[in-house]
Amino acid sequence: MTSSDLIPLLPLMVIAASAVATMLAIAVRLRHAVALTVTTLGLCAAFASLFVAAPLAPRSVTPLIRIDSSALFYTGLILAGSIAVAFLSYGYYRHHRRSRPEELYILIAIAALGSATLVSVSHFASLFLGLEILSVSLYGMVAYERDLKASVEAGVKYLVLAAASASLLLFGMALVYFELGTMEFGRMADAAARPGVASSIVAVGVVLIVAGIGFKLALVPFHMWTPDVYEGAPAPVAAFVATVSKGAVFALLLRYFGQSGARNNTLLLVFTIIAVASMFAGNLLALLQNNVKRILAYSSIAHLGYLIVAFEAGGNMAGFAVAFYLVAYFATMLGAFGVVAMVSAPGNDLGDLASYRGLFWRRPAVAGTFTVMLLSLAGIPLTAGFVGKFYIVAAGASALLWLLVFSLVITSAIGLYHYLRIVVALYSRSEEPVTAGSRTAQRIAWPLTWAVGALTAAVIAIGCYPSPVLRLIQDMIAGPQ
Amino acid sequence: MILAWLIFILLVAGILAAIAARRSHDMARWISLAATLLDLALTLALWIQHSGRISFGNSGDWLEQVDWTWIPQLGIHFHLALDGLSLLLLALTFFLGVLSVLCSWSEIAHSVGFFHLNLLWILAGITGVFLATDLFLFYFAWELMLVPMYFLIVLWGHEHRVYAAVKFFLFTQLSGLLMLVAILVLYFFHHAGGGIYTFDYEQLLHTPLSSRAALWIMLGFFAAFAVKLPLFPFHTWLPDAHTEAPTAGSVILAGLLLKTGAYGMIRFVVPLFPGAAREFAPVAMSLGVAGIIYCAVMAFSQHDLKRLVAYTSVSHLGFVVLGVFSWNELALQGAVMTMLCHGISTGALFILTGALQERIHTRELGQMGGLWSTAPRLSGAGLYFALASLGLPGLGDFIGEFLVLLGAWRYHRVLTIVASIGVLAATFYALRLVQRAFHGPNEYRWTLTDLVPREGVIIALMAISLLWLGLYPQPVLSTFSPALHALEAKAQATAVIR
Repeated sequence: MTSSDLIPLLPLMVIAASAVATMLAIAVRLRHAVALTVTTLGLCAAFASLFVAAPLAPRSVTPLIRIDSSALFYTGLILAGSIAVAFLSYGYYRHHRRSRPEELYILIAIAALGSATLVSVSHFASLFLGLEILSVSLYGMVAYERDLKASVEAGVKYLVLAAASASLLLFGMALVYFELGTMEFGRMADAAARPGVASSIVAVGVVLIVAGIGFKLALVPFHMWTPDVYEGAPAPVAAFVATVSKGAVFALLLRYFGQSGARNNTLLLVFTIIAVASMFAGNLLALLQNNVKRILAYSSIAHLGYLIVAFEAGGNMAGFAVAFYLVAYFATMLGAFGVVAMVSAPGNDLGDLASYRGLFWRRPAVAGTFTVMLLSLAGIPLTAGFVGKFYIVAAGASALLWLLVFSLVITSAIGLYHYLRIVVALYSRSEEPVTAGSRTAQRIAWPLTWAVGALTAAVIAIGCYPSPVLRLIQDMIAGPQ
Repeated sequence: MILAWLIFILLVAGILAAIAARRSHDMARWISLAATLLDLALTLALWIQHSGRISFGNSGDWLEQVDWTWIPQLGIHFHLALDGLSLLLLALTFFLGVLSVLCSWSEIAHSVGFFHLNLLWILAGITGVFLATDLFLFYFAWELMLVPMYFLIVLWGHEHRVYAAVKFFLFTQLSGLLMLVAILVLYFFHHAGGGIYTFDYEQLLHTPLSSRAALWIMLGFFAAFAVKLPLFPFHTWLPDAHTEAPTAGSVILAGLLLKTGAYGMIRFVVPLFPGAAREFAPVAMSLGVAGIIYCAVMAFSQHDLKRLVAYTSVSHLGFVVLGVFSWNELALQGAVMTMLCHGISTGALFILTGALQERIHTRELGQMGGLWSTAPRLSGAGLYFALASLGLPGLGDFIGEFLVLLGAWRYHRVLTIVASIGVLAATFYALRLVQRAFHGPNEYRWTLTDLVPREGVIIALMAISLLWLGLYPQPVLSTFSPALHALEAKAQATAVIR
């Protein structure tokens, strides 16, 4: 490792430094605004450093990390998502004097570091490190409302299951290493081709790795934790779990299977089953829910199922489709949780569908934004979700994956129904006075308003004119995976 | 360029109306009226401008087109093109658009701005559907119609509006997704054949396909159009949606949205997949005829006035399917004629029903009777459009159905004979409607205000245009005939390639 290797690592180092800077800043001055400012500036600096690192990509820095253009792209996405979550948190905690929200920003920065590591790894060791950095900070974030039973319960649930899945992952890695003798993704394909390698042990190892990753992505049958965690966690944290954490792990999935050449037919069959089950379970179980945060949780399960369709398709088209879909999904999910954060207060997250009744007649702008986000989740034109879904179906159809494509079509029609349930509630004229959502009278802090406004603009702009984003993705993802 | 304006005027005016409504409801109404009138004027100007070119039989080219690159990475263009068929359907769209703004002038009292936003955006989506020649853009516009229509029903509808709106949305969305898959498969087949990724209609016409693949892809398109049309047995969303929608919603649903399905069949299903369409024609035509008879019977047994009219819609649209899949000149002319006239006559019936409901607050036929004595103008208009609907010679609907039957006779005699029973059945339900609502003693002692001047103007305009279409349809026929010729030629050429 030479000093010139440090420049590609710059984004990771800046993110780490911003966590430290936030910690020091609030040690000197324990103010909410200070914490937000320092974290945001740090993450923005990290975003800017991507452009410094870009000319040097692709470059392997030690066997552990490989900074290539797709790593830079996903790091950028993660940073943008984390900044949005920071803004959401500020608005969410603004009027709440009792809890101390400052430390949350440190955790956000650390979780962003873990995610950014995940999307640049090329080695099992760094994979595990990145995953644990992400998970451990998420435990703290999910249980951040430590006086609140639901939040602590969600945190403990997440802790136990994440630890279990991490051990599965570790075991899988051990099996693969045992048989192939390498932990570097790039060398696995050659190692597996050597004579005398017991492919069954490798296969078991890979399946265990998939199980570990599937847990993070909340794919069926590893999805049980999702609704409870989303419901119990504060809204901005739920947004982080739904977007940044899952996006990073999905990028890792692409990366691992792209570089290690571990794709084979058995594995694709496993993924087909997982994808179909996720799409159906996510959309069908959402019908039974009456809590908006739980509906969003099941919706995210279904969306990850859609992403697997593109993953299965393979090839360049799939890379574009996944990257684009993740951009659309990030903007939409963050926006949807942003709306939940707008109408909720810490410790009193507005989840019940009934309390959203008639929101449009009280706060048209908030309800209008929520409608845009829900329609984007459902994949209706003029929103980013539509182009994303279009791309996914295109990827699936180009690879002739009919089972997956038709499952997607049927389940997204089912999915539309539960999004419409929320929309209907937003626009219904409720006669009874609305008790929940006491925040409705309060002014919403500007960072939250701006963040949600920007996300809405992004969702609509990408939906109407996706060309610039597509061009960016083409430039970034086109390189060898 | 002017084609893009037609769409953008509506989109922008919708937003303006929503903003203006904060200050004054009337301002929103005037903005919408101005926008739809402007579009109507532009369309008529186009018609006049091109009337010379049309009659020369210059059928190969589009009359007018815009082609902008939209998403180059996927080969998607913002490509709008106009021929005689689209031109007439656009004229119908903006004509009914103006009328639906007028007919909701007093009916819609709450959130006027948002209502007009939705109304104009539906019209924009419909305009896009009639003009798009890029299949991605077509699908985009196709889906764009849905959301505002959904809001129109859910927010300003009647008693069971949520159920009706959700049903409408789910039916059309699911079938639309099937069409999306079909479009994409066609796109990939085209790439496999020629190495070019494109959604352009003209280029996709030359896609080499095996007959099996063509059949499956055609079924994807057919599903979307059959649900929208709606073809029996996919029609069940329609009576609910029509009944629960506000008047303007019903007018647009019956007059325009259903036509997008028929238009799709004429423009896409047959020219893109001529062989498969021929193979499939007996099934489609049988379903069409079944719809004609079944829905005529259903219409006869309805007690709700709006539901009755809704069923007559399905019945009439059966003739369109019959005409399209016969695919000869007469039948196609009849199908387009039926589309235009049905749009006007059924639209008028819905406006009258709406006017009636505003006055007596019910749509139950049992609650009416003897209205002629208290509201003669309204009742007279009801009689006029009921007669049009049953196919009285001299009014437009007669020409359409007559031509369809003539054309279909050449293709399939048995089906034609059964279908003509449907014309007979129309007499029963139409006369029952008139008799129960307007004739007889005024048992419930209604005293109603007759049509006010605003409504009178709407109804008179519709009555005159229907009479014109019935007595002197030649200008209309000669406008869309070249376009139909061109489509037939395209289908022929595609069939030869495969």
